[in-house]
Amino acid sequence: MADGELIVKGGYVVDPTRKIDGEVADIAMKDGKIVDKVSSSAKVIDAKGKVVMAGGVDVHSHVAGPKVNAGRLMRPEDKLLSGTCRSGMAQKNGYRMESGFSIPSVFRTGYEYGRMGYSFVMEAAMPPLLAPHTHEEIHDTPIIDEAALPVFGNNWFVMEYLQKGEVENTAAYIAWLLKVTKGYGIKVVNPGGTAAWAWGLNCLNLNDNVPYFEITPAEIIRGLIEANEYLGLPHSMHLHQNDLGNPGNYKGTIDALKIAEGIKAKNKFGREQVMHSTHLQFHAYGGTTWADFNSKAKEVMDYVNKQKNITIDLGCVTLDETTTMTADGPFEHHLHGLNHLKWTNVDVELETAAGIVPFVYDPQSKVCDIQWAVGLELALFAKDMNRTFITTDHPNAGPFTRYPRVIKWLMSKKAREATLGSFKHKDKVIEATNIHGIDRELSLFEIAQMTRSGPAQCLGLKNVYGGLAPGMSAEVAVYDLNYKNMPSDPEKIEAAFQRAACFIKSGEIVVKDGEVVSNGHKKTVWVNVKMPENPQVTRDVTQAFTKGTYTMNLINYPVREYLAPHPYVIDVDVEA
Amino acid sequence: MATVTLKPTKVPELMFEGYSITPDAFAGKTPAQIADLPGHEGKIVMKLGDFFEVTGNAGDTAADTNIVINGDCTRVKYIGARMTAGSVTVNGNTDMYLGGWMKGGKIHVKGNVDSFCGIQMQGGELVVDGDAKNHVGCAYRGDWRGMKGGTIRIKGSAGNDIGTFMLGGTIIIEKDAFIHVSTHAEGGTVIIKGDVEGRVGGQMVKGDMYVLGKIKFMMPGYQKVGTVEKEVDGTKATFDHYIGDLGERHPKSKGEIIYANLYLKAAA
Ligand SMILES: [Zn+2]
Repeated sequence: MADGELIVKGGYVVDPTRKIDGEVADIAMKDGKIVDKVSSSAKVIDAKGKVVMAGGVDVHSHVAGPKVNAGRLMRPEDKLLSGTCRSGMAQKNGYRMESGFSIPSVFRTGYEYGRMGYSFVMEAAMPPLLAPHTHEEIHDTPIIDEAALPVFGNNWFVMEYLQKGEVENTAAYIAWLLKVTKGYGIKVVNPGGTAAWAWGLNCLNLNDNVPYFEITPAEIIRGLIEANEYLGLPHSMHLHQNDLGNPGNYKGTIDALKIAEGIKAKNKFGREQVMHSTHLQFHAYGGTTWADFNSKAKEVMDYVNKQKNITIDLGCVTLDETTTMTADGPFEHHLHGLNHLKWTNVDVELETAAGIVPFVYDPQSKVCDIQWAVGLELALFAKDMNRTFITTDHPNAGPFTRYPRVIKWLMSKKAREATLGSFKHKDKVIEATNIHGIDRELSLFEIAQMTRSGPAQCLGLKNVYGGLAPGMSAEVAVYDLNYKNMPSDPEKIEAAFQRAACFIKSGEIVVKDGEVVSNGHKKTVWVNVKMPENPQVTRDVTQAFTKGTYTMNLINYPVREYLAPHPYVIDVDVEA
Repeated sequence: MATVTLKPTKVPELMFEGYSITPDAFAGKTPAQIADLPGHEGKIVMKLGDFFEVTGNAGDTAADTNIVINGDCTRVKYIGARMTAGSVTVNGNTDMYLGGWMKGGKIHVKGNVDSFCGIQMQGGELVVDGDAKNHVGCAYRGDWRGMKGGTIRIKGSAGNDIGTFMLGGTIIIEKDAFIHVSTHAEGGTVIIKGDVEGRVGGQMVKGDMYVLGKIKFMMPGYQKVGTVEKEVDGTKATFDHYIGDLGERHPKSKGEIIYANLYLKAAA
């Protein structure tokens, strides 16, 4: 490779950031960045007859941290039939062994994202107290760049400040916490509900009272949006709503989305939304019980479509055996009561909680099939694909390794009908959903919006990831699909997205013909907010550690530098 | 029917994973092709021929193929694992996972077997003339779906964790067993003809257990509900009938709560 020069030649380029849709063009790279042109000695990758996109960006996935690891320990059986734990690859190429299906090992996580042509993944829920562990796992995950969102929605400091209406103090606390945990932004999981779980309670409604803290979920959501915009963070407040997974929850979902009305995004990263509502599939349910359970994807998307300052991700059910894990502690207890499978529950001091339960999304179960339809319908009803992102809330609704299958379903009515036709309760599923009547098939351009340009902009990273414009990081995925002659066999779409023909990560070829050829040079991305010290917040934090509210000392709390040895720090300046 | 004979020629330095030793893998192959089948020794992929001399002929299908191993397989795991038909006879001992996940056919070991024999078995017959170590017919570590069908007969004694998470099928231990019988089971039958140390039927939801000897320590979650006459694996006797585990959830059928049954041979 001459001076780190590379050129991907003659592919059909799909790059929504520049409105390029299938134009045959070359993508030149030098020293890890995309450039206008390179010298004739650049290494050439022939992409003729193939599709070229930027590296994928995953806005929400649980890939590192204490609950992911607890899930691995809790489920040895997840490794038994995972297929590639003894793949020839480990021996052939000298790379690390891979194991696990729904909760893959860190090595498998990095390799699988790489094989799918993904550049960046956001770990969606980091308990601040256990940030060191989260960063250790992130560092051990090869190839992909990662960041992590600390959870704030049940944090005692946040609830106390917001109860008194102190947005500025909330913001100062968030700024401090992002710095010490090397976090990226504000995650909110079942606001107030997880705190209530410490009393054995939950907050299913936006206006429920959080015991002891005398605040409501709606107030927490609104306060954290305001704090986020006060700071001007690259990402918006990222919300896992209350009342997840229950029949009839769609009304509460829309009410929570309405909290964003009238609030404008303030930041210098090109982000337009003030609320990202995650895994919306779990929040778009009608009915009153599991018997009359049905899809309200249309109703929810009708609202999302007209409300421009919201982004969403799908959380598609992939009909697999998987492992649910969330900071929504009361939900996991509820789920354990439904399926009687093993359950882990953890409380994280002043901050959050977590639960883990294995779950089998059985294609022969009417409820699971309706969930499958809801996830896809959200995308098929969406008007702005730059605000609608593909996820499976990995591993909650299915493993991230099924993104190619989700893409197949979204791009092919034939594929959807084939799956629908395999259901035992097909007729009941058709009756309870809209999927059978939807003819829409998404284009490669729309898929690129949902997996590249959209999530990158939503995360405030549009100058780095998600596009192929000169100056951006050299993240290029080549897929074995002919733009001009898309296969009539949808299975070929899935196969192409599962194993990229070539993937270039930060200017280095890491995947060739679907196989990993390099561990890459992954980065940990975090946000460093610079603002004047807030004496009250400093005093409150110090007291929490010295008066024994926390079980550890303040000096041991921050994530040490060695745990994120390859940082990519995004500075945010907040004026006094 | 055709018979393939394996004669051990070398003791593996590590344990050899003989997952290719099944009628399914052998069917339709010549002795040379069989000797070429893979098996792991540690992380290295070896060949059956590295440890066995292969003679005889395989049938066209698994059902037409008998495998006879003449010699000691104390360091060979996974013999007969996942087999669907045919037979495997071992004139000696075997290591772990004998007949694990098997769906059909017959395995007969004339010596002793190590742990995890018949793990998550779905069908077929597994007979051991000697003793078995732990985890006879249990679920894989962490899994909640145990043995679903088939029969395991251990003519000697067995260790702990017999029929964990069992859902169906029958396990017979002709001599004594140690602790943890049918833990978490939701079906199936375990018959122990000798004595058991204890922890019989802990957290058991459904299914049957017969103990013809004594239970040294009964689980507190079992309650005696009567005395019944029963014939069990050729033995007629009077049994004290217990139900349990009363500390566990239980399904209802036609308005009645279904418990697990423990039949303990009544004192003469
Ligand atoms: Zn999530």
